[in-house]
Amino acid sequence: MTDLQSPEASPPSTSAKRPLVVMTNVSKSFSSGTLALSDMSLTVAGGEFVSLLGPSGCGKSTALRIISGLGDVTTGTIDWPSSRINAKGLPEGDISFVFQEPTLMPWQTVFGNVYLPLRLKGVSKVQASDEIMAALETVGLKDFAKAYPRELSGGMKMRVSIARALVTKPKLLLMDEPFAALDEITRQKLNDDVLRLWRDTGITVVFVTHSVFESAYLSNRIVVMKARPGRVHADFPLVTSHERGPLYRTSEDYRAACEKVSASLLEAMGPGAAMEMH
Amino acid sequence: MNAASPSLTRQHRETVLRVLIPVGVVVALILIWHLTVTISGVPQYILPSPGAVAGAMVKDWGTLAPALWVTTQITMAALALALIGGVGIAVFLIQSKWIETAFYPIAVILQVTPIVAIAPLILIYAPTTQVALLICAFLVAFFPILSNMVQGLKSVDHNLLNLFDLYGASRWQTLIYLKLPASLPYFMTGLRIGGGLSLIAAVVAEFAAGSAGAGSGLAFRLLEAQYRLNIPRLFAALILLSILGVVIFGVTSFIAWLSLHRWHESSLKREN
Repeated sequence: MTDLQSPEASPPSTSAKRPLVVMTNVSKSFSSGTLALSDMSLTVAGGEFVSLLGPSGCGKSTALRIISGLGDVTTGTIDWPSSRINAKGLPEGDISFVFQEPTLMPWQTVFGNVYLPLRLKGVSKVQASDEIMAALETVGLKDFAKAYPRELSGGMKMRVSIARALVTKPKLLLMDEPFAALDEITRQKLNDDVLRLWRDTGITVVFVTHSVFESAYLSNRIVVMKARPGRVHADFPLVTSHERGPLYRTSEDYRAACEKVSASLLEAMGPGAAMEMH
Repeated sequence: MNAASPSLTRQHRETVLRVLIPVGVVVALILIWHLTVTISGVPQYILPSPGAVAGAMVKDWGTLAPALWVTTQITMAALALALIGGVGIAVFLIQSKWIETAFYPIAVILQVTPIVAIAPLILIYAPTTQVALLICAFLVAFFPILSNMVQGLKSVDHNLLNLFDLYGASRWQTLIYLKLPASLPYFMTGLRIGGGLSLIAAVVAEFAAGSAGAGSGLAFRLLEAQYRLNIPRLFAALILLSILGVVIFGVTSFIAWLSLHRWHESSLKREN
C-alpha cells in the first residue's frame, strides 16, 4: 500500500473467507505513455461495499476495469482467488459491471437486454425467463419487460442496466459512476435501491464515484485515490451504528462520515485544491 | 368529449393529405402535359399525348409485360446478390485492419469505374447475356451496401463491446447479437440506395447488351421503340420503368420502417 495518511487507515480485517479480488502492486500505463495507476494494491473481501473515490484522472475507473478483467496490467498482479478462471485468465461469471451510461441495446426490449448475459452463456429464453423477471422485480421494472429502452427515463434505463448485472447472480458488482448523469432525486432513490440490494443479497460492491456524499452514504469502506499518477491515498472503514437509509442522510453520523471522507479527499488533492475549495 | 378523438382525427387527416397531395401533383402534371400537346399540336412521334401513351400501354402490353418481368427479375436477383455480397464482404473486411487495407481499395476500384465502360468486357466473358446483365447490376448495387455495412459494423458502441467482452462472448456471438443488429440502420440505408441503383444498372447494362443484339428487357424495348419512332410505346416503357423504381423504393422504405420503427431515431417522430 502506498501512503496511508489517514489516522485509522487500516483496511478492515478480512474474514476467514477468501477475498474476491487481490490487486498487488499494480501499475498501468497507456500506449500514450501516461501512467494511469502506480503501485496500487487493494484486497476486496466478500460482503464489502467499497467506494473508490477521487478527483478525475486519479485512475479509479482504470482500477475498476482492471478488477473486472477488462483491462490488463502493465506491472503487478491481479487475482480473483474465489472465482473460476477461464482459458483467457479471466474470472468467469462472478463479476458484473454497471457502466456510467446504461449501455443498453436499443433494438432489444428491456427483457432482451436483461437476457443478454444468460443468452451469451447459452441459456434458452424459456429457462432464463424466471431469472430475468426476478431481476426486473428487484429493480422495480417487472411491468416494463416489453418496453424498449427509448421509452424509459434515464433512471429506469439505469435500473435495467443494474438488472442485467444482477441476472447472472454475480458475487461482485462493479459500478463505474453509475448515477453521475442522473438528477439528484433519481440518484438518491437509486442509491437506496443499491443499498437494499447489498443488504438483501450479500453481494460485494466496488463503487467508483467522485461524490463525497454518495460514497459516505453507501459504503462501509472508502478508498481515496490521488491523481497524477493514480494511486491509493487512504483506505479506511466507515462504521456507523445508524441503519443506512433515508433517515441516515440527516443524521449526525452521516455528517461526521462526510466530513471525514471530505478531509481525506482534500488531503489527496493537495494544498492547491484545499485553497480552491475554501 | 373524448380527449383522444381530436388528435386521432388530425392524424387521420394528415395521413389522407400525405397521399392526396403527391397524387394531386401527378394528376396536375398529366393534365398540363395533355393540354400542352393538344393546344400546341405537336406531332405524336415527337411528344405523344397521355391518352396515346395509355393506348400504347394497353395495345403493346403483350410485348411490354414480359419485358417488365425480365427487368424486374434481373433487378431483384442483382439486389439479392448485392445484399449477400455486400454484407458478407463487409463482415469479412472488419475482421482485421489488414484485411480491410488489402481489399477495400479493390471494392472502390470496382465502384468508381463506370459500368458502361466495363459492360462490353463483361458481355464477352459472361456465358449468357442474362448473366452479364446480372453481373453489371450487381457491381453497381453492391458498393453502397458494402460501404454502409462496413461503417455500421465499425460504429458499434464501445461500452457494449466491453460488456460483451466481460461476459466472455465469442466473436460469432458478438457479430450476431451486437454488430449485425447495431448496423441495421446502416444496412437499411444501403438497401434503399442499392435498390434504386440495381434498377438503373440493369437498364444501363441492357442498353449495352441490347446493342450487342440480344435482350428482351424494358430497356431493349425502349431502344427498339426509339428506332421505330414508336414514341408512345417508348413512353409506355419509360413509365413502366418509373413505376418499377417507385415500387422498389416503396418496398425497401417499408422494410426499413418495419425493422427500425420500434427503436431507431430515424423512424421515430420527434415528440416535443
